[in-house]
Amino acid sequence: MHDIYNFVSGPLVWVSFIIFFGGILYRLISMAVLAKKKDVIVYEYMSLQYGLRSILHWIIPFGTVKWQKNPIFTIVTFTFHICLIFIPIFLFAHIILWKESWDISWWYISDIAADVLTIVVIASCIFFLVRRIVLPDVKYLTSISDYVILGIVAAPFITGFWTYHQWPGFRIMGIIHILSGEIMLAAIPFTRLSHMIFFPFTRGYMGSEFGAVRHAKDW
Amino acid sequence: MAEPAIKNSEQIDKIVDEGIDTGIARLTPEKIEQVINKVLKTETGARLKTYVETCVHCGLCSEACHYYLSHDNDPKFSPAGKVKQTIWEILKKKGKVDPEFIRRISRIASTECNLCRRCAMYCPFGIDVAYLITIVRRICHMLGVTPLYQQDTAHSHSANLNQMWVKEDEYIDTLQWQEEEAQDEIPYLRIPVEKEGAEIFYSVIAPELKFRAQLIYQAAVILNVAGVDFTMPATPGWDNSDLCMFTGDNEMMGRLKKAHFETAMRLKVKRIVMGECGHAFRSVYDVGNRWLAWKMPPIPVIHAVEFYYELIKEGKIKIAKKYEGAVTFQDPCNISRGRGLHEMARYVVNATCEEFIEMHPNREHNYCCCAGGGVINAGPPYKMKRIKGNRIKAEQLFAAKARGAKVVIAPCHNCHGGIEDIIHHYGLDMELYFLGDIIYKIMEKPV
Ligand code: HEM
Ligand code: HEM
Ligand code: SF4
Ligand code: SF4
Ligand code: SF4
Repeated sequence: MHDIYNFVSGPLVWVSFIIFFGGILYRLISMAVLAKKKDVIVYEYMSLQYGLRSILHWIIPFGTVKWQKNPIFTIVTFTFHICLIFIPIFLFAHIILWKESWDISWWYISDIAADVLTIVVIASCIFFLVRRIVLPDVKYLTSISDYVILGIVAAPFITGFWTYHQWPGFRIMGIIHILSGEIMLAAIPFTRLSHMIFFPFTRGYMGSEFGAVRHAKDW
Repeated sequence: MAEPAIKNSEQIDKIVDEGIDTGIARLTPEKIEQVINKVLKTETGARLKTYVETCVHCGLCSEACHYYLSHDNDPKFSPAGKVKQTIWEILKKKGKVDPEFIRRISRIASTECNLCRRCAMYCPFGIDVAYLITIVRRICHMLGVTPLYQQDTAHSHSANLNQMWVKEDEYIDTLQWQEEEAQDEIPYLRIPVEKEGAEIFYSVIAPELKFRAQLIYQAAVILNVAGVDFTMPATPGWDNSDLCMFTGDNEMMGRLKKAHFETAMRLKVKRIVMGECGHAFRSVYDVGNRWLAWKMPPIPVIHAVEFYYELIKEGKIKIAKKYEGAVTFQDPCNISRGRGLHEMARYVVNATCEEFIEMHPNREHNYCCCAGGGVINAGPPYKMKRIKGNRIKAEQLFAAKARGAKVVIAPCHNCHGGIEDIIHHYGLDMELYFLGDIIYKIMEKPV
């Protein structure tokens, strides 16, 4: 078991980080090349000013009519996404690992805060799940892969929480946790989670078309 | 769990459409596969790929679409729902689909989406569903499957360079006829034809000649009273409209825009001013020019709303007495979301009307009239579908009426057609005008 742990928390971490960063780079470059070949229009009309203007409105809670119209959803999705990125980076347990292997460390949140935020993320995932099952329009768009993706995202939070609280089987759970975190990282560039990579470009392009050509707002 | 794209065959449209039916009869699975893959391979790339892979299936765009809202939130009519039934399916099957599938997607693309782009303002990623639906129309066009009436209009474009089979002499006669009529009112009035070096090329759409000739009369009055140096060509190229843009016939769209721009160049005018038409503006300002590799139109293109704004602001048109009676205003997508003219439009409405009552939502967020994007041109077979597909517009208008509005102003030919039907079908009992109608009524005219 110790061997598995070492493997999962050693080489596999490397692998997942390489897939994560390499994958992002690969997706960005290959898409840029494809766009140059087939959609030069995107380069022609992309405007830094109007692109950023639109992105800014959309990443501010209640910054758009859409966000204002669905306040509950807006609060959930924003807390979910902020915690999603914030927790793993500023978690004490993670920073310890960085400290041990690289001797680097930074500010971290208290364990209580981590617990609370983790529960918030898990609850948000349940919210998304219920929404997917209950709302007919979302259900219509849903395929099995959407549940899988939601599972991939929820897994590190559930298993991390389990391990931290040393519930039964927490040693194995610890290994599963690390694995699930690695799977999530590796999945980001190659599944719909790649929306993280492409959001600035799709939104920025629409913002540019609306702003620079059509002189209208797109939020 | 996973939902099939189409639940059962009973939901498939039963409307008979000769254009689609004959087109389908000629198809084989091999031909379909070959055409689809050719279009995907040669004409699409990063945008299609990114839009499809980035969509997180969240349904946030649903409530943007008037079809969805008007059909009691039926998921099949949500923007992403329409993409699922068409593009996702095509990609999943790699083009291996049967003729019946093409029938369905032709219906969806040509009669269940107005390409109004409202959903792009509700999807957090700004996924351009209108663009994706345009790809579907392009595929259907390449397969020869287009609603009969739309295709007829496109044929007229290719045979005559105008939308309604108007012959050259018929066009010139109509201008002359309207000139003579208007001279009874303003004796010095002219509609100068082929005047080289004029400031403005005034361009219209064929339906104005065919059945809204009074619009040419009114425009002539406005232009003459304002002392504008304008001209209209005597040759094909006078029509700025463009149904080919909506059937997926990009090559023809290019020819039409080329003729239009070249006419302007030949006449050596400084700008093109067009009548109150939304889709024509989109084709000249935003879409057709791109096909010809003009990033922006080679010559300034001004929509009537912006032109009226200039005339009133500069005092070239003076208001004798404001229009009495409360009005509300329909923001046409192609000039609000498409060109941000909504504030200028409000300036004109407030300058010409006693009382202005906003409908909600408005400006960029206004609902489409459900006639645009070529849908009204799909003709009588789909008329009821189009009217039922925009119950929400009736509700929106009714709310404005409840607050006092008696008149709807819609500065777009398609909006006009669509809203006229809606007013009639839902018994709204409101009057409907173009901005030009109002200005003509209330402006100071020489006596
Ligand atoms: C990639 C390799 C990863 C490693 C090696 C790792 C390692 C750890 C360790 C050792 C713990 C502490 C368990 C304990 O206290 O005994 C932990 C907790 C946790 N991890 Fe990770 N983790 C990884 C990835 C992730 C990712 C990607 C996420 C989330 C996106 C994540 C979220 C959490 C959470 C939420 C906790 C528990 C916090 C709490 O409830 O206090 N981890 N992780
Ligand atoms: C940092 C840039 C990111 C942006 C701007 C972004 C934006 C969005 C938006 C706008 C949605 C649609 C609304 C919703 O369903 O909540 C969404 C959904 C989602 N995002 Fe992100 N996201 C980002 C990063 C991430 C990351 C890193 C993950 C996880 C690894 C993630 C996981 C999800 C999931 C699972 C959903 C779907 C929820 C559902 O099933 O409905 N996102 N994201
Ligand atoms: S009709 Fe308009 S809102 Fe509806 S899907 Fe088409 S572009 Fe989007
Ligand atoms: S198009 Fe946009 S809003 Fe609609 S389901 Fe996809 S990601 Fe969500
Ligand atoms: S007809 Fe009017 S409302 Fe409808 S799509 Fe065109 S501009 Fe929009």
